[in-house]
Amino acid sequence: MMLRRGEYHAFSGADARYLYLVPSAGVVELDDVSHAVLETLATGDKTANDLAESLGSRWSGEEIRSSIDELLGVRAIHSVIAPPVTPPPVKSKRSIPLQTLVLNVTSKCNLSCGYCYEYGEDRIVESTTKPRFMDEATARQSVDFMFAESGDSPSVNLTFFGGETLLNFKMLKSSLAYARQKGEELGKQVSASLTTNATLLREEIVDWFIENDVGVTVSIDGAREQQDKFRVFSNGMGSYDIILPRIKDLLARHKRRPVGARVTLTGQNLDVASIYHHLFEEIGFWEVGFAPVTTSWQREYAIEDEGFRSLLSGFQSLADDYLKAALAGKRHGFSNVRDTLEEIHKGMSKSHPCGAGFGLLGVPTDGDVALCYRCAGSDSHKLGSVFIGVDHAAQATFLETHHIDNKTDCSTCWARPLCAGGCYHEAHTRYGTTTQPNLHYCEWIRAWTNTCLEVYGTLAAKRPDFLEHL
Amino acid sequence: MKHLKSINQKAHRIEGMLQNDVVALQQGPGTGPHVPLGCSFVFSPGWEVDSNGGTAGLCQPVERDLFDCHITCFWPAHVPDLYNHAPDWTAKCASAQKDWRKIDLVFP
Repeated sequence: MMLRRGEYHAFSGADARYLYLVPSAGVVELDDVSHAVLETLATGDKTANDLAESLGSRWSGEEIRSSIDELLGVRAIHSVIAPPVTPPPVKSKRSIPLQTLVLNVTSKCNLSCGYCYEYGEDRIVESTTKPRFMDEATARQSVDFMFAESGDSPSVNLTFFGGETLLNFKMLKSSLAYARQKGEELGKQVSASLTTNATLLREEIVDWFIENDVGVTVSIDGAREQQDKFRVFSNGMGSYDIILPRIKDLLARHKRRPVGARVTLTGQNLDVASIYHHLFEEIGFWEVGFAPVTTSWQREYAIEDEGFRSLLSGFQSLADDYLKAALAGKRHGFSNVRDTLEEIHKGMSKSHPCGAGFGLLGVPTDGDVALCYRCAGSDSHKLGSVFIGVDHAAQATFLETHHIDNKTDCSTCWARPLCAGGCYHEAHTRYGTTTQPNLHYCEWIRAWTNTCLEVYGTLAAKRPDFLEHL
Repeated sequence: MKHLKSINQKAHRIEGMLQNDVVALQQGPGTGPHVPLGCSFVFSPGWEVDSNGGTAGLCQPVERDLFDCHITCFWPAHVPDLYNHAPDWTAKCASAQKDWRKIDLVFP
């Protein structure tokens, strides 16, 4: 039987050699024999006898054969005439329990950030045709819808989003109170979270966060100069000086749930090290997550190739800091690396890039049901309404057409178990369709995934206990 | 496993699946449908099974296998020897797709 190398990505960490198996997403450590077998197969297909012969001076035939068996077992290698069978895609179940419902309680915002996907040049939502604020009846109906769609799940997460979420604080209070009361009746746990630009935080609101265990994420781009580049009021005034005291008060008082910062990176704002230092060390956020701005390529704030390269080295050096902190038993707040480590540790192999459209749905102000909060309000991404329920046929079609098996470009990429083609909204903005994989950042994703795998491998070798807490 | 060490949770699950006690006619882990193998170095699209492991979606009828086994690869046990003992074996079968029923058994 001729043997050939299968699909995997080899990486190392500390002094150990690992394989990231594709598409299973298993991570195995190689011993010297297995490594030598794979290296020998790199020069071309060989039979087990060829391998035993060429490696015979270093290991016994039995050692080599048992190594081959194990590599065959995990599909790191396969027989040339019997490539591993890919099972036909499993059809999604008709009803998938909803875990997170995102309510866009308002489409209005008191900031005018230059890169905003809701109001900027690349917007997909025509906000003018929808109510600016979600009304009481729609919010209650959305909560009822959330429970109805949650199936047997013992808990649900209600997330508030905007516009600027706190412009509709009244609605947050009443809808969460209603959801908690209803959750109690149904015996379901309701967790709540929201994202805010922090301009409207005040004592009463922070009290409400504390009393209701609300998870808070603040959109902030860094220190004053970084923040005020794009995150400005409509008169052009920067928002940093307004939000800083409010955030400090929030962090000082709200200790029930970790408060995170969420940074939008642009061509003009890529210095992740200094942004991280300011937000984590100086302001005191629990964690800091970064995301490149979603934009079509020709916008002046879009990140160019050179920018993506410098962003990658910034991410890599911050990942290195994360690793050093983890090895020293200290907490580091770079959430991008932490989230990826968790996915690697579980061995997630995604059929879809995110939970949008099944575990997560978004509801715009008028009560339509959308793919996610970013697409909420766009009629072309509608999957029903909270008043009549999810259009299950449309949902099934969406999930089928967006399955990773239907993304031909991804079929040979080793990073597909984690990436699965990337954000639908990003793809829509770049290519005009959600079905298209985000090919503009493939190289970047592979390099970044490799970095995270190396961090993972080093931790597996030196601090396996750390991985248990992921 | 002796040579590979499972590191993440998925690898441990894969390792668990490899502990099958009875394995027959299989290569690699005993999962998924059994797919007949062989001759895949000959480029005959649709020769074996369709993407679902069945034969319904083949671009060629399964009867085409008779000729693939017979002419393009060494698999003498399954079809009569056209060169020596049964030269007329397929004489009534102009098109395998339509006429395959006309191919009869051959008795030595």
